Amino acid sequence: MNNVLRYLFFLLVVRPIVLIVLGLNIRRGELLPKKGPAIVVANHNSHLDAIVLMTLFGMSRLHDVHPVAAADYFLKNPRRAWFSTKIIGILPLERKVAGMRTDPLAGICEGLERNEILILFPEGSRGEPEQMAKLQNGIAHVAKRRPDVPVVPVFLHGLGKALPRGEGILVPFFVDIFVGEKVEWTGNRDEFIATLETRFEELSQECYRPEWD
Amino acid sequence: MIESLMEWFRGWTQFDHLTTEVIITLSSIALALVIASVLVRVKQRLQPERDHTELRLRVRTWWVIAWMFGLAVVLSPMLSAIFLAFVSFLALKEYLSLIPTRRADRRVLFWAYLAIPIQYYLAYIGWYGMFLVFIPVYMFLFLPARVVSIGETKGFLRAISTLNWGLMTMVFSLSHMVALMSLKIPETALVAPEWPDVDNQFAPGVGLLVLLVLLTQFNDVAQYIWGKSFGKMRAAPTVSPGKTVAGLLGGIGSTVVLAMLLGPWLTILDWKTAALGGVLIAVSGFAGDLSISALKRDLGVKDSGSMLPGHGGILDRVDSLTYTTPIFFHFVYYCYG
Repeated sequence: MNNVLRYLFFLLVVRPIVLIVLGLNIRRGELLPKKGPAIVVANHNSHLDAIVLMTLFGMSRLHDVHPVAAADYFLKNPRRAWFSTKIIGILPLERKVAGMRTDPLAGICEGLERNEILILFPEGSRGEPEQMAKLQNGIAHVAKRRPDVPVVPVFLHGLGKALPRGEGILVPFFVDIFVGEKVEWTGNRDEFIATLETRFEELSQECYRPEWD
Repeated sequence: MIESLMEWFRGWTQFDHLTTEVIITLSSIALALVIASVLVRVKQRLQPERDHTELRLRVRTWWVIAWMFGLAVVLSPMLSAIFLAFVSFLALKEYLSLIPTRRADRRVLFWAYLAIPIQYYLAYIGWYGMFLVFIPVYMFLFLPARVVSIGETKGFLRAISTLNWGLMTMVFSLSHMVALMSLKIPETALVAPEWPDVDNQFAPGVGLLVLLVLLTQFNDVAQYIWGKSFGKMRAAPTVSPGKTVAGLLGGIGSTVVLAMLLGPWLTILDWKTAALGGVLIAVSGFAGDLSISALKRDLGVKDSGSMLPGHGGILDRVDSLTYTTPIFFHFVYYCYG
């Protein structure tokens, strides 16, 4: 039942909004992973980021694609939790790991075991729209455990203008999507994060961004 | 139930607004595209070492545009209005995505988008007076007032002028296509309509709309070909180095000839009016093309978007139309309105 609802929601609500109201310009879409296990990492500006990235994989791969999202925010109340986990299909992640006894990355690793394509936002939060924050280390921990899983960086532009944090009205803008070459685990955490940051920097340089302030 | 469903369906498809000439013209465009597709295939076969991707994409996109426009025009005036309003929406969205905007004005842009359905509805029902003043009077005064209410004064003038220019070209100008479609010719027209249809059996607007779009696109292509073949002296070197005087003059000549041939047959225009209409379309099309080129040059972008493979974005396709549409409409309205 939930799967049907999820499917219908993406077909009838998400896709029309993303493809008609917004509209995507995708560069190098062929670099996106064809099948799981894989991790797509993206910059985070808006609640729309995850669902826009999910539409890139088409309806046929929808059941395989899951965004990793903050448990403290998305599981806050039962209604939001139901919608996030059952309809959007998020994989909840605890952001505050201090004093935790269980393994915070267990959920992500299980997802990868199930050959899913996971969407991660290594900045950790939406922050200031259209401005990149420093990457968190979590993604490096995942890469260290599963060095065989490709980590594909995707740079998004426009969604922070369309629906920034704290805004309720969606204003149509074209969304630019730049897919980068996958990043390999090198054995060093700082090096991995640095490579990823450089890759994002290169992708953002490629993007034409009009002034917005 | 079935009766009302049929009735509803009939509302969306009213083929009786079409003349035979419009159908023949649209079919000829399809035929021209078939020939273009075949030529691209032949070229690919003859010169396999050269890359024809750009040309192939361009022709394929022409197919999509022709199909969409053709279907929208053929099925019913209401569908044409919806389709053209959607084109306006895409153009305005591309424009607003390209230009610098202020964070504070996000919600003001939302109001600007809302002008599209209203403006196109006014054009569709043929409320001429309101159609004419809604954007240049009401929107142009309302939007600055809304911006003022936000209270951010830094960059106020630029924010207002860029937004108004976008509404002017992408919404107000292009909506004249629908106004042209719902044009009614009164008994008191300045010029007598040259047309076989005396009892107003068909709407004259569809033919005029097809003529406008066809001449505008033809003029673009003709200017390009004349410029490539004979062009030496550049017409606007700082804005668009590809534009030449020979291209402009050749384009005007070809467009006028086509206008004189098609006008009296396809539309209510007689050959003299059609020729003048052709000149107006050729000259204003040139200006419209240049104004979008200047916009892109100012912003430092090459293509306005990648929505139409081989053509760039929507703006690159409607650039000439933003000028030819209102100019041609008001010329026709002066003669026959």
